[in-house]
Amino acid sequence: MLSEEEVKHIAKLARIRLTDAEIKKYSTQLTDILEYVKILEEVDTKNFEPTSQVTGLKDVTREDVVVSNSATGEDLLKCSTLPVQNNQIKVKPVIKQ
Amino acid sequence: MDLTNLTLKEASEGLKAKKFSSVDLTKAYFERIKKVDKNLHAYVLETEEQALKDAEKADEILAKGEGSALTGIPCALKDNFNTKGVRTTCCSKILENFVPPYDATVVKKLKEAGVVVLGKTNTDEFTCGGSTEHSCFGPTSNPWDVFRVAGGSSGGSACAVASNMAVFALGTDTGGSIREPASFCGCVGLKVTYGRVSRSGVTSFASSWDTIGPLAKTVEDAAMVLQAIAGHDDLDSTTPNIPVPDYLKNIDKGVKGLKIGIPKEYFEEGIEVGVREVVMNAVKEYEKMGAEIVEISLPMTKYAVAAYYIAAPAELSANLARFDGIRYGRKPQNEGEDLLDYYFAARGEGFGDEIKRRVMIGTYVLSAGYYDAYYKKAQKVRTLIIKDFEDAFKKVDVMITPVAPIPAWKIGEKMNDPLAMYLADAFTIPINAAGVPAMSVPAGFVKGDKGDLPVGIQIIGPQFSEELLFQVGNAYEKNSKVKAQNVKPQFKA
Repeated sequence: MLSEEEVKHIAKLARIRLTDAEIKKYSTQLTDILEYVKILEEVDTKNFEPTSQVTGLKDVTREDVVVSNSATGEDLLKCSTLPVQNNQIKVKPVIKQ
Repeated sequence: MDLTNLTLKEASEGLKAKKFSSVDLTKAYFERIKKVDKNLHAYVLETEEQALKDAEKADEILAKGEGSALTGIPCALKDNFNTKGVRTTCCSKILENFVPPYDATVVKKLKEAGVVVLGKTNTDEFTCGGSTEHSCFGPTSNPWDVFRVAGGSSGGSACAVASNMAVFALGTDTGGSIREPASFCGCVGLKVTYGRVSRSGVTSFASSWDTIGPLAKTVEDAAMVLQAIAGHDDLDSTTPNIPVPDYLKNIDKGVKGLKIGIPKEYFEEGIEVGVREVVMNAVKEYEKMGAEIVEISLPMTKYAVAAYYIAAPAELSANLARFDGIRYGRKPQNEGEDLLDYYFAARGEGFGDEIKRRVMIGTYVLSAGYYDAYYKKAQKVRTLIIKDFEDAFKKVDVMITPVAPIPAWKIGEKMNDPLAMYLADAFTIPINAAGVPAMSVPAGFVKGDKGDLPVGIQIIGPQFSEELLFQVGNAYEKNSKVKAQNVKPQFKA
């Protein structure tokens, strides 16, 4: 069972603000999902390695030249809705003043 | 002649023979969209002005006797493909104002091939869902019954193709997101081998599971689209340098002598009787065409959904960490006092229900103390699922299964029961786990409360066997007595 306190903690780690109603709902729903995935405990995986890549590619290298999708730094800065100064996006202070 | 009825092959031949122009074709499609999309909601953005300009350009190329098989062909793109200068939202509020400064590699390839992009299609937010109900724009309807879901997450693309609002469309498939909506709407949907098509410029959900592929009116059309988008890309290091074959070369070879495996686990639990009947009828057709039917077993099938709903949300939570309302996307209404406040607000306001749920599952299974029990365990189970498929393909050439255990459900029916919705992916997820290709091909219908609902068969092959899938799918489409392919939904516009 995932308690409401635990949901709050996960939401904090995930940087998502939740309403009280959401906390209550997710506590039930996430518990259901985590209960369901326990089915994996039936599987004996002792002698098997985890898979994170399925086609067997390893250490993919290429020539050390810039390959770009043609978007410039300026283009990318334009995607922000926040003010831009000296090619940097201005954000809220990290520490409260 | 209704131009929107033509397949890609027919439209391409018609353009080359100057029976009609790309502008004629494009206009016919927008007329169709205007007529029916208010009831179906496949598109979240139409780009008519640009499309007509691109169609004129295509006509100039065609007039010179130049161009590719796709030149002048109107198509649709799921809204998670970056399109330069055209809003791309992933159907999430957090990206409601995002205009990408570049095209995804596949979009670039299609544009170089001369296609006309009609617009962007609806998806579950960040492609997370199996019904297209989790879109900030609202759900897409099934063209066979507007009160039912189109499937998802590529529901907009499937609906557009099935109801003649695009010649073909691109979608993405992480756990069934191309095949399931293709089956629900009645069109062909191909999930390629992991890495066969570049993912660069397409917003990631679960990077080691994500694939890109076509939704099309026929198997042959899907082959023509894959021909244009497959291959290695320097911008996606997971695309192996394996040559792309001529996908049409062996498409008419038939199935005589091929061994088709029927994995028994896909016909046991939870499958609706009518769905099983449609699939078994298709298997009988294959037998009549000279294929050898072999019963086999994929014993890890029942664990795939659980492995997926640990591993995929884990990758999702990492991938979506970049959406913080700073570099792109919307600014939260309540910006707060400091940066942390800003993050909480941007993500709390910007993400929808299903994304919050999955990001939290992912965060939980990756957090200290839980990593080994959940994430690592899931990845080890994935190794065993892969082994299932490797063992099976030692005995058979391809496998045939249902795409989903049930047909399209009613809009809203499963919204409060996420787990029930996840289980609808039970037959598609194992394929993504193994990274093998699979294609959904229309095979028949089951009775709904308002008429027929389409059902597809899933044809599964070993890694990089797309050519064989086209051969097997095409054999059924051309020879089967069940002419499910050419039946179009008769909804009232």
